[in-house]
Formats: sequence, C-alpha cells, structure tokens
Amino acid sequence: MSATAVTEAPQQPQTPSRAKQVLREILESSTLVVIMAVVASLIIGAILIVIADEDVRTASAYFFSRPGDTLSAMWDAIWGAYTAMFQGAIYNTRADTFAAAIKPFTQTLTMATPLIFAGLGLGIGFRAGLFNIGAQGQIIIGATLGGWVGFAWDLPGFTHLLVAVIGCALGGAIWGFIPGFLKARTGAHEVIVTIMLNYVALNLLSYLLSLEAFQREGQNNPISPTVAENAQYPLLLGSQFPLHWGFVLAIACAFGVWWLMERSTLGFEFRAVGANPRAARTAGMSVAKGTILVMVIAGALAGLAGSAQVLGTEKNLTLDIAGSIGFDAITVALLGRSRPLGTVLAAILFGGLKASGPSLQVLAGLPVDIVFVIQATIVLFIAAPPLVRSIFRLPAPAHEKEVAA
Amino acid sequence: MKLELRGITKKFGDFTANDSIDLVVEPGTVHALLGENGAGKSTLMNVLFGLYDADGGDILLDDEPTVFAGPGDAMAAGIGMVHQHFMLVPVFTVAESVMLGHEEVTGPAKLLDLGAARAKVKEISDRFGFHIDPDAVIEDLSVGAQQRVEIIKALSRDAEVLILDEPTAVLTPQETDELLEIIGQLRDTGTAVVLITHKLREVKAIADQITVIRRGKVVGTAEPTASQEELASLMVGRDVSMTVSKEPAQPGEPMLVVDGLSVVDPATSLKHLDRVSFEVRAGEILAVAGVQGNGQTELAEAILGIVPSAEGAVTLDGRRLTGSSIREALDAGIGFVPEDRTEDGVVADFTITNNLILDLYDKAPYSKAGAIDTAFAAKNAEEQVERFDVRTTSTQALAGSLSGGNQQKVVLARELARDLKLLIASQPTRGLDVGSIEFVHKRIIEERDNGAAVLIVSSELDEVYALADRIAVMYHGRIVDIVPPDTDRDTLGLMMAGAHEEEAA
Amino acid sequence: MSATTVDTATPDAAASGDVLKTKSWKGPIGLGVVALISLLIFGFGTPSGSDTTFVVATSSDFVHLPTLTLPSKIAAIVLSVIALALAGYSAYLANQYRKPGLWLPIVYGMAVMGALLSWAGAGRDNTSIQITGLLTSSLFLAVPLIFGALAGTLCERSGIVNIAIEGQLLAGAFFAALMASMVGNAYVGLIAAPLAGALVGAVLAIFATKYWVNQIVVGVVLNMLVIGLTSFFFSTVMSDNPDLNRSLGLAALPIPLLSSIPIIGPVLFDQNLLVYTMYVVVIVFQIMLFKSRWGLRVRAVGEHPKAADTVGIKVNRTRVRNTILGGAIAGLGGAFFTVASGLAFGKEMTAGKGYIALAAMILGRWSPRGALAAALLFGFADALRVQLGIIGSDIPSQFLAMFPYLATIFAVAGLVGHSRPPAAEGIPYKK
Repeated sequence: MSATAVTEAPQQPQTPSRAKQVLREILESSTLVVIMAVVASLIIGAILIVIADEDVRTASAYFFSRPGDTLSAMWDAIWGAYTAMFQGAIYNTRADTFAAAIKPFTQTLTMATPLIFAGLGLGIGFRAGLFNIGAQGQIIIGATLGGWVGFAWDLPGFTHLLVAVIGCALGGAIWGFIPGFLKARTGAHEVIVTIMLNYVALNLLSYLLSLEAFQREGQNNPISPTVAENAQYPLLLGSQFPLHWGFVLAIACAFGVWWLMERSTLGFEFRAVGANPRAARTAGMSVAKGTILVMVIAGALAGLAGSAQVLGTEKNLTLDIAGSIGFDAITVALLGRSRPLGTVLAAILFGGLKASGPSLQVLAGLPVDIVFVIQATIVLFIAAPPLVRSIFRLPAPAHEKEVAA
Repeated sequence: MKLELRGITKKFGDFTANDSIDLVVEPGTVHALLGENGAGKSTLMNVLFGLYDADGGDILLDDEPTVFAGPGDAMAAGIGMVHQHFMLVPVFTVAESVMLGHEEVTGPAKLLDLGAARAKVKEISDRFGFHIDPDAVIEDLSVGAQQRVEIIKALSRDAEVLILDEPTAVLTPQETDELLEIIGQLRDTGTAVVLITHKLREVKAIADQITVIRRGKVVGTAEPTASQEELASLMVGRDVSMTVSKEPAQPGEPMLVVDGLSVVDPATSLKHLDRVSFEVRAGEILAVAGVQGNGQTELAEAILGIVPSAEGAVTLDGRRLTGSSIREALDAGIGFVPEDRTEDGVVADFTITNNLILDLYDKAPYSKAGAIDTAFAAKNAEEQVERFDVRTTSTQALAGSLSGGNQQKVVLARELARDLKLLIASQPTRGLDVGSIEFVHKRIIEERDNGAAVLIVSSELDEVYALADRIAVMYHGRIVDIVPPDTDRDTLGLMMAGAHEEEAA
Repeated sequence: MSATTVDTATPDAAASGDVLKTKSWKGPIGLGVVALISLLIFGFGTPSGSDTTFVVATSSDFVHLPTLTLPSKIAAIVLSVIALALAGYSAYLANQYRKPGLWLPIVYGMAVMGALLSWAGAGRDNTSIQITGLLTSSLFLAVPLIFGALAGTLCERSGIVNIAIEGQLLAGAFFAALMASMVGNAYVGLIAAPLAGALVGAVLAIFATKYWVNQIVVGVVLNMLVIGLTSFFFSTVMSDNPDLNRSLGLAALPIPLLSSIPIIGPVLFDQNLLVYTMYVVVIVFQIMLFKSRWGLRVRAVGEHPKAADTVGIKVNRTRVRNTILGGAIAGLGGAFFTVASGLAFGKEMTAGKGYIALAAMILGRWSPRGALAAALLFGFADALRVQLGIIGSDIPSQFLAMFPYLATIFAVAGLVGHSRPPAAEGIPYKK
C-alpha cells in the first residue's frame, strides 16, 4: 500500500511518501478540488462552445492553410461566451449606471433563492442517509398549495404572505411525508417513491390547472390567476432589482438548518440515523421518526423553494413552475457537501449559471442548455476527486484552455 | 497435494497482519492453524486463496512455486476454502451454488447443465452422508447444512487442499462432531486439510500437526499430544488464567424478571425464542451459554425491545417493560452492550465524543433546551477516555478508526455512564485481545458489585465460567436449565446440544 | 461427548422453532378492492340500455370479424364479476400457501380494462372502441419502456443501480437521429442508438466501480448531463444544419400470413424492425439471465459479490460489462423516439419515459418477462389515455398518466406483491 510510488527503495522512504499522501488528501478534501472541478467543467463547456460555433466550423474548413483563423475563431467563441456569462450573472460592464451593472448579480441571487431552500432540504436528507430525489414534486405541491392561497384567498396585509408561505411549506411537507412514511412503515425505497411522486405531482398540478378554480379567466392554457399583491414576497432592493425577501428567508433557513444539524439533539439523531441506523436504534433513537421528520423538513424546505417561485419570481402557477429546480438542487446539495454554507455558495454558483442564460443567448447566441452541462460535469467531477487530478496531469492543451476560461 | 507457504507477509497500511509465516501441509493430514481471534489466520488463508496479494513470500504446491491472481487460480490449482462467513448466494439453489464459477453447459445454446450439477451434488452428498437436496434454496437451509454445501462446493472442484476457516463457530457440539468426522474422512481420501480455529478441543480431536499463530507470527508448532494448557499459553503468549478474581455474589432482590417470553421472526414465522422464563437478581451475573443462533441474541434484544416479543412479559425492578420502546427501556435503567459492536454499538463516522453520548445526547447535562452542550460533551469524552483507557490520539478521532477493543471500551464507557439497574452484554469480548478482555470483565464485575443485575450472553464457555454466578443454557430458543457456575464443561456442552442436566450428567 | 445423543432432529431444523410458512393476503385484498371499485363504478355506474361498440377488425385481416356491440352495463358487470372471482381465487391460493401463475394478473387486468372500456364507451353512438388500434398503440408505446426496463434489469441484476435509463434513451434517440440523418438511412439509427446508450452506461459503470461514487447520484447527474448535451446540440449544430436532424422513419415490415391473423396479426406482426428486435431481445435475455452461465454469474455478482469473487468471477468486470450492455439496450430503445417513430429529434423528447421504464423494471421484479408485462401494462394505460381523449371520456387524462407511478409506489410499498431487489445493488464492491 505504501510503496507503490517509489520503486527503488520500498522500505525507507515511507515517511516522505506518507507525507505526500497526506498532502494529497488535503488537496483532495479542500476547496481546491471544487475549484478544479469547476475549471474542468468550464473547459468542457469551452469545447462545446467551439463545436457549436459557426465561425470555428467555417475556419476549420481551411485549417491546414490558415490554422490561425481557426484558433482565433475558437478564442473568440470561448471568450465571447464566458464574458456573456459574466455579464449576465455578475456584473454588466456595459451598463450605464452602477445599479444596472450589478443587476445581474441580484438576478443571480434571485435564481439562487429556490436552490438554497431545496438544496438545504436535500442536504439534510443526504446527511440522514435518505436519497430524496423528490424535491421537484415537493416544490410543485408546495407552490400549488401556497399559490392557491395566494390567488384564491383574500387576507389582509402581511398575513396573506405569511399564510401563503406556510401553505407552500405545508404542501412540500405533505409530499415529503409520503415517502418518509412509506419508508418508515414498509421499507419502500425513498429513491423510487420520490421519483414516482415527482410525476404524480406534475400530473396533479396539470389536472388542477384544468379546473375552473385554478384557471385564469379568459385563458385556455394551463395557467393560474396571478398571486395577490399581498401574498407576494416584497422586493428587497426596490423595483430596480428582482431580488425579493425570499432570499433573506432562505439565508435564515440556512442558519436554522445549521443549528438543527450541528447543535440540536434532533439533528444529532438525524445524523446518527443516517450514519448507522442500527446503532442509532440500539441507542434508543427512533429511526422511523427520524426518517419521517427528515423527509417532512426536507419537503417543507422544498415547498419554500416553491414559494420563491410562485410568490417571488413567477407570481402564478404553470406546469413549468418548478423548472428544473428539483434536480438542480440535488447538484447544489452535492456540491455543497450537504452543509448549509456550502449549499448557499453552490446555489449562488448555479444560480449564476442559470441567470447567465438570457445574456448567453443574446450576446453569444448560445442556448442556456450549456449551463446544465457545466453544472452536471461539475458534480460528476466533485464526486470523483481522483478523476479531477488525473485530468489536471494532462499537459498543455488543458492548461491553455484553463487560461482562456 | 502438498502445500507449502514460505515467508508470507501481508500488511494493511502500517498493520502487519502476517509476518513472514511458514507452513507446510502434507497430503492426507489435518493441519490445525491455531490462534486467537485477530491473530492473522484468516488473512493468511485469504492470501493463499488469492483473495489478497501478499507483500512478500511464496506459495508452493507440490514444491512448485505458484502465483494466484485470484480465487479462480487457487481453485484451479486444487485449493478449496470454506469461509467463516459462507460464500453462498441466498436465493440460489444448492445445485446453482455448487456449479457457480465452473458451470457445465449443454445443448446447442450452451445453457446451464443443471442436471449434471444436481447429479454431482447428489453424488458427493451421498458419498459423505450429507443429506443435501440439490434443489433446496440456500436461505432455507440451516447453517450446518449450508456449511456442508460449502464443502460440496470445494469437493466438486476436486480440491486437494481444503481450508476450513473457523468452521465450528456456528455449529452445535453435535454438528461439530459430525464435521470432525467428515474432516477425518477427507483426510483418509488423501486431502490436505487446513483447519483454522481457536478451539483447543477440536484441535486435539482431529489435528495431525499444529501451528500456532500470534499477532501475525508463527510462535510455535506442537503435536496433538500437547496438553490444552500448553497450547493455550502458546496461543495467548502467557499463562492464561481466564478467571478474573471476583468476590462471591451478594444477590439481592430479583431485578429482571422474564416470564414466558417468545419472539417470532416476522418474515419466516420461526420462533427464535420460545416461552423463556428466568430472573436475574440485583448484584449477580447470569450468563447465558449456548451455541450461536439458539435464541440468545434475540433474548437480549427482546428484553431491550429491539425485537418485539410475541408473548410473555419482561419486568425490571417491578416495572413492566413489555411493549415499551427501546428508549423507555434504556431510561428505565438498562445498559446494553450489543453483540455486533461495529453495526449496533458505535457509529463509525462519528467522533469518539459523539459516540460517548449516543444514548445520552438529549438528557441533562449533555443537552439543554433541545441543543447539545458541546463543551460538556467534550469534557465528558476526555474523562471517559481516561477512565476506560481508550487508546486514541484524540477524542475527536472517528470511532471507526479505533481497534475493536477500544471501540468496545467506548461502548462500555457510554453504557456504564448511567445508573444501571441491569446491564446486558452480548459477546462482550468477542475479537478482543487478552488485555482488553480482562479490562472488560473487570468492569462488568464492578457493575455487579455496585448492585446492578448483569445478564451476559456468550458463546465462549471460558467467558461464561469467568463471569457467571449462575449459568443459563439455551437451545432451540428455550432455556434448557439454569445451573451453578461449577457445572463441568462436558455437562454444559451436552446441555448446549439440548440435553437436560440430569440426562447430561 | 457424543455418547448421549439427545436431540434427534436433523440439523436442518436446528435454526430453532417450527417453520411456519406465511400467508400473504396483500395481493388478494388489493385485487379484490380494485375489482369491487370496478363493479361499483364501471358496472353499476354505467347507464342501463346503452351499448358499447368495439371494433376489432382491420381491413387487411384474413377473416373479417364483425363489429362487436355489447350492452354496456351488463358487459361491465360481467367483467367486474370475473375480476372479483379471480381475486377470490387468488385468496383461495394464498390460503393454501400457493401463488397464482402469471395468467391470473393478465386475465384480471384484461377484465378490469374491459369493464372500464364498456363504461367509457357507453352510449356514444358515433364513436367506438378501436380494440386493434388500442392494442397496437399499447405495444408501440411500450417499446421504449421495455428496452429501458430491460436495461435496468441487466444493470441491477449485476448490482449497479441504473437511474440513468432516461439519459440512455435520450442519448440513443439523439444519436440515432443524427447518424441516420447524416447517412440518409433510418436503419443506421438502429446501429447508432445503442452506441450512444453504451457510452452513457460506460460513464455510469466507471464512476460506480472505479470511483465508488453513489450510483444514484451518478444516474441523476448523467440524466441532467445528457439532457444538457442533447439540447445544446439540438439548438446549435442541429438547428444550424437541418440536414443533421431529419425525420426518417423505419418502414413497417408486415410478416406475411402472421400479420393477417385477426387482432393479434396487425398488433404483433405488422411492426418495424425495432419492435421485432425487441421480441428477440426480451426472449434472449429471459433465457440468458436464468438459464445460462453468464446469467448465473451476473445474478451471483448482484446478490453476493464476495461469493462470486471467491469462485473466481471478476465482480467489477461483470458489472462494467453489464452496465455498458444495459446502456446499449436502453440506447436502442431510444431509437424508438426518432427513427422508429419517423420523427426528428426534439429537446427532452423522452419526457420521463426512462423513469417509467425504471418503474416497469421494479414492477416486473427484475426479470425480462416481468419487465415486458409491466411495460405493456403501462403502454396500455398510455394508449388508453389517448383513446379516451379521442372519444371524449370524462376520466381526466392526468389520472391515467399517473397510473404507472402510483402502481410502482404501491409495488415498492409492498401493497401489491412483494418486490425484492438484488441484494447487493448500489453497493460498490471493494476488496
């Protein structure tokens, strides 16, 4: 085990080789792997950009006569795409006012809000040993219930928002309770049940939107009335910016989840049940209770992600209310290592990728789908640190692109 | 076929499991590899069987150096192995299990020739009087029968060297005798048999040569004529006194009363526990002896409420526990040291600190207002690690990084941290080194002397004798009888095979 | 010590206590409840005096079967009672510790479906239930599910959880359309599709066996990756060059004579090459998995990898191969969406069919035969949804669309039948 790297003298240099291994482990576990994974994914993105670029293809037709053309076309495509992403997600350098310039970043935070909520919930599940693939369905049901409260009820002032938010959390919690209960009572695997419930939720919403009670007047499309003004999250930074109070609630939830998992006795139970359910049970903890509670809390948080959608950005119910948030949140929780701070940061990163979509489309003519690819590859790389390392041992071309990225 | 190992060395990280081991096994002999749990016997055999790559040394078959890339090579060379944990697919039939890996095919489509496999099973089964149905499904067979399937598996590949890894751990004394008889038959047909064991009686009964291993090294060889005491001191490295000095018990009032307790397996409707009744008094140790799998584990678990009881009642200090949750049973004053400490005792991914509060975390002073007092937990950990002599670099180390003995100390420290009315400990020293065994035994006796009732479940008779004030013997889910601690070994052995005391004596 | 032998019981009984077989009432109860609901809603809920018209013939048949017009109410009641009787029979079997054969759920399903159709088609004079059309589209819609479920079965039998079926279908659909368009021949798609699926399977296999990454994570993320990649190329390269994404279709290849048998002829034997391939693949793997050396080893690896290792079977190699093979089969199923349906590739065109395939795998209890049956059931539900939409039934189509998902939840919760996955699935094998 120790002497594989050193062939000449397998016995003596044990200490240095072990020190090297320790160093390597530090590198692996640190944020460096995360950064390298992001870089590697951006490189893959760059390759896609090059393949998709019309100019590169035109220039590559005469590559052997004028290779410089191809290379500069490649450079232009990659540079164009990534500056467009930067402009769309962080800071718009071409804006006239500072406010307009930082608007993209507030857009990023807005996009990150539902990802924080749902990612926190999934993270709790992962740490408790539950693979909840069902955030999508929980978001849908949460948004449906909360949205319905928002547009069908009439409550005074702040209470309307409060009740609608609770409705969202409750809807998600119910949808999380089902797989939790089935797992606790019958042993039904939560992965399968949550996947199936995602589709049940979508069809349920589809059915509801075909009913008069959920139909916007004079519309044949499945779209609900607009949520009452009272029930919408107020904007956080004024009407110039899309960012709403849901973001603040999400950050508050992150603190709450941190306390729950790191300090509370309940979180101790969740973690013990996740790490070794048999030992937890022998120590007197109720695995069934833990399983159900974790799924209910995760569902409630996913439901709040639904609130960020229906009471924050979308303001009405459609079949696309959850977008791909439920699945994006899985990658957020994984990238954030299921820890609250990591989840918030990962959500902002992926929120930024999403926010850059329109700018990518307009400025670089690239479809937003590229961010899914980048997102997915980041998570794949994070999951397999040895792979990241072996990639970065590759010589020149990778590094050149690294600079370009 | 003659088997020879020369200088076999195998390391796991810094730990040397096998240190330059030499071994020669002649055909037609039984060679016993004797050693304590964790001495490195199984590692050595896994190297021989191609499951592990050795870090040094040679394997010679009939004086030819051989290299095994995997078990397939070893088997092709004529080595068969019956693993301690059976290597049988539970949902396969016997015929399928036996043919796996060297299947014969038939017909133009080259489909499995199940007929040939059945015939082979039947032939071997008949030759040795195994009574194995080729079409029986593995998971429906008893452990003894499964072991015979393993032997058929090895013989069906014409194994000339047969390794048996702790084959009697799960057998009744009677089944053990049958197995020893089978081993004798195999020897007579010219097979070289390697018998890995830590049980001296078996070694003396069947072995032709004996090699003793301690801490990964060969510490000596012996003839079967050597006395048990000689073998034992060779095995553990010093004169063994398994008995820890203890004062006579001062039994008080009945603390634990078990009345007509039954446990039924919900999946198979098998009765693990059949109307068991006994009592344990305050200040005494009742040891439950028996061959593994006769309901002892279920008894311990049913008292705590880990497995639900189908009928009967458990009363602790006058309070009825039947139907209460594990938490309630623990709170009522039960301390529980589970049989499988890595699975049930500790959370490997938790720190020692957190493992020490695994069943205390929501009680004052470990927590208040729903939050864990981390400072107190840390202080508690420092104290307990000190008090129980847990060998670790830090209380923040993960429990999974500890040795078995130190894990057991963590479990014991945690359980004894509460005021106990009853301590239940299942196989409290399984797999521990001698030093840890003594430590654990002393603590258990201390707890008794503090006035707690103690229930020990052990399949090691030595441990039973070392601790018990009274001995309950279990067989087939029933308590055969409860006898005084001076009952002799043979009588206990027969009772463990189901005979009542009067018949056995 | 052997002198006084006390217990004469054979060691087989030594486990302790008496062996009692369990009676499982869940199945019969479930069947009975559904049959009762069928009787109440479809039977008694159908207005008296109305008729339901079933059209069973197509123009190409040998023999022309007449259109069947039945009194709706009586037909629905009779069929529901048959279903109820079958539930009773299964209860009778359960009482004797026996399990019904595969025929029972099939006949039962047909009876309930028939009752439903009588009810749905009652009193609609100018519309009729097109039995042949319904069955044909059932089979057709089931094709990707069958391939997908088979892929899942092959992977999971070796111990690798394949959540990436969706991605494999989509990759297959994409690559089939791309290659077929480039070459200008739809059949090329049938070669290209499995290659793409195998590639996705290979990535899953490597991450699962080499890096020990949680297989569910890899599967979910791979699905996202494939959606992202295919959508990206669809919106860029393909939309820039419409020649790379043409609507090429496989022609139907009616088998002479067989295709003229009434009802089953046009359903089974007037299909395209992909469907015929499906028949072969299902039969071959049903036999291979349970009767061949390969299958025995695969199942051993999925149930007890260490046991397989100790008899010289290469566990991880088996898993990698099976996962790639599974990926290829799912990829081939992906060809259904493009070349086999005569469509160009579209963004996310598999629309969750991979997850229904996963459901079919579970409901089919990890066997090719079961996967086929479950996928056909789901295909039928889908076809029924379409047909009921045409005749303007009152049943909201969303509830029929939910059926596969709900059925699967009931199955894994043990409310219907008992599903037992391969014991070692999802657990990386480390020596």
